[in-house]
Amino acid sequence: MSTLAASNKRSFWSVVWDYITTVDHKKIGVLYLIAGGFFFLLGGLEALAIRWQLVKPMNDFVSAGFYNELITMHGTTMIFLAAMPLIFAFMNAVIPLQIGARDVAFPFLNSLGLWLFVFGGIMLNVGWFTGGAADAGWTAYTPLSTISPGEGMDYYVIGLQISGAGTLMAGINFLVTIINMRAPGMTYMRLPLFTWTSFVASALILFAFPALTVGLFLMMFDRMFDSAFFDPAMGGNSIIWQHLFWIFGHPEVYILILPIFGVFSEVVSTFSRKRLFGYSAMVFATVLIAFLGFMVWAHHMFTVGMGAAANAIFAVATMTIAVPTGIKIFNWLFTMWRGSIQITTPMLYALGFIPTFTIGGMTGVMLAAATADYQYHDSYFVIAHFHYVIIGGTVFGLLAATHYWWPRMFNRMLDERLGKITFWIFFVGFHLTFMIQHFLGLWGMPRRYWVYLPDQGLDLGNAISTAGAFLMAIAVLILLYNIIKTAIKGEPCGDDPWDGRTLEWAVPIPAPHYNFKQVPLVRGLDPLWVEKMDGRKEMTPSEPLDDIHMPNNTVLPFVMTIGFFIAGFGFIYQKYDNALNALIFVGMGIALGAMLVRSLKDDLGYHIPKKELEKEARK
Amino acid sequence: MEERATFNEEFIKEKRRQDMRHQVLTFSMLIIFTLISFGMVMSDLNAMFVRMVIILFAVVQVGFQLYYFMHMNEKGHGMPSLLFYGGCFAGFLTVLGLVVLTWW
Ligand code: HEM
Ligand SMILES: [Cu+2]
Repeated sequence: MSTLAASNKRSFWSVVWDYITTVDHKKIGVLYLIAGGFFFLLGGLEALAIRWQLVKPMNDFVSAGFYNELITMHGTTMIFLAAMPLIFAFMNAVIPLQIGARDVAFPFLNSLGLWLFVFGGIMLNVGWFTGGAADAGWTAYTPLSTISPGEGMDYYVIGLQISGAGTLMAGINFLVTIINMRAPGMTYMRLPLFTWTSFVASALILFAFPALTVGLFLMMFDRMFDSAFFDPAMGGNSIIWQHLFWIFGHPEVYILILPIFGVFSEVVSTFSRKRLFGYSAMVFATVLIAFLGFMVWAHHMFTVGMGAAANAIFAVATMTIAVPTGIKIFNWLFTMWRGSIQITTPMLYALGFIPTFTIGGMTGVMLAAATADYQYHDSYFVIAHFHYVIIGGTVFGLLAATHYWWPRMFNRMLDERLGKITFWIFFVGFHLTFMIQHFLGLWGMPRRYWVYLPDQGLDLGNAISTAGAFLMAIAVLILLYNIIKTAIKGEPCGDDPWDGRTLEWAVPIPAPHYNFKQVPLVRGLDPLWVEKMDGRKEMTPSEPLDDIHMPNNTVLPFVMTIGFFIAGFGFIYQKYDNALNALIFVGMGIALGAMLVRSLKDDLGYHIPKKELEKEARK
Repeated sequence: MEERATFNEEFIKEKRRQDMRHQVLTFSMLIIFTLISFGMVMSDLNAMFVRMVIILFAVVQVGFQLYYFMHMNEKGHGMPSLLFYGGCFAGFLTVLGLVVLTWW
């Protein structure tokens, strides 16, 4: 283990440099995990502040203006900076291994996508320190968002634009990777479900994010350059923003949930020791959900006044999505049926997910009934709905993935006992927080209000909800303790700790940076399990041992990102002083310069010679 | 063995030559289309007619671009085509819905 010994001796800064310049999907996955985890904690703190403000009637813990900033930044942070990057963390860590590839299709782009997300996230949060963060809701409806004073909404626009570009790149990268880099024998209908669902989610990113990009550009021009796309007084139309936002926004919620369906499919099948029930139905349902997901955006706008015919069409289209979702629920149940189930931590999350998500789906169908939605809309009922699907689905899934793939990423098992304690506290805390919010909504509590009057039947419900939120916070603290404890005291876990079925468990732990010495031959669904059933311990190689071609590390993506970051400040502040336009030129100069270097300088990567690989094998 | 290798080489060479011919042909077509478009704009033809023809040319040019220059006419491009046409379809429906909802 000469590499490990060498890495122990390296200085802190050389490790930092290594991670800044890395193009290795495994390290980029770790960076996504760290950055996404950080923003998850930040968004969680904002959530606690919101709940503390609402713990009793007419509370004055925060001001009305600050409350608006809290809810806006909570939503934006959780969706764009926590949930999605954490999903990318696992996509990076796992997908190339699952399909038998040595890296993603575009390692350079992978690094660029990561840094754009990180600096876009920082940009969004700079607003806190310059007189107020974004405060028009995560949906940023115009005209509220275009007339919101200060720079908060400017940071929202530019920050999302930068991090959104990163997301788009990551989506394209995974599409190409999954189409082009599959090992011999890994046909589409043998792809593990996590890969399949991530593939479809990437396609959703490709088609949905441009709508957001366009919307943000229009808003940027309205706010910074005095155009009037959304200003009816000057011939604009403020409803168009809502359309653009939800054309992106509804597919976005499926971007958040589809890869998680994949995670649970892997977890349920692994810990029931059975192949997934109805694999092809699962794939079909995923594609169908993605397709229908584009045709329903207006269900967020039933009360805008689109007319009865439009409302009816979108209501029916929305309800159809429940059908493929139901197919999936039943397939998971049938996978477990008569399996020899092991209740591990990831499996616990899967078991908690099924009923929780089903409740969220049912309230979704209630909301989709357009006439009834006139009552529910903008009330706590909607808040309850989307937290049931996003926490009960996406966050449960991310926690399951954390426990399931932690050994794959870090060569340590998280403590199972602490993991189960985390689950139970989180699960109870979650339902305590959000179940009552359905009823608060039905009793008339509107969303996004910073106070409510006493003795209107809302006091107790809100107190219960806040208590639940603090339980969830405790659970997260236990998880953090678990991670730190494992990092300090944990033993290396070695290869294949869960007795896995898919290819990522065929790669040694820790993985060599080229992943596969010889690309494996895939002989069926659950390839590793197929080999295990034939009495083999490892995969059959599909090629003779030969030189391996790998990409070089590069700092250019980081430099480009810094360039865009600087230019972003220029765009925001040029309205005060023309001289600040210089920032735009400097920033864009750096970014375009880095692109020029990238285009002109050939970077062909390097080869790991066959001899070296043979030497390693003998050790 | 020897013979087969040369045959193979011949085949590849011939195929390259053909590819090249296609590329040059489509490239000149693109230029001709563009010239015609400019010419029509400068002429006194009916404006609506000119617009329609230009849009038609644009679609054909995109097709040439994708199929000849970006090699979608070759084998193994099933998934990209599926994504491409699926995207066009979803995009079409979305834009249609948006336009109808906003201006009707
Ligand atoms: C059976 C499937 C689902 C149906 C029928 C459904 C339906 C709806 C409807 C009609 C609304 C609008 C309510 C209103 O504003 O009055 C809504 C809001 C929402 N849904 Fe769902 N939904 C479903 C699944 C999901 C999933 C899987 C997610 C995310 C993972 C999700 C996330 C959201 C979010 C974030 C909002 C609120 C956005 C906002 O106004 O801030 N939904 N849903
Ligand atoms: Cu929706």
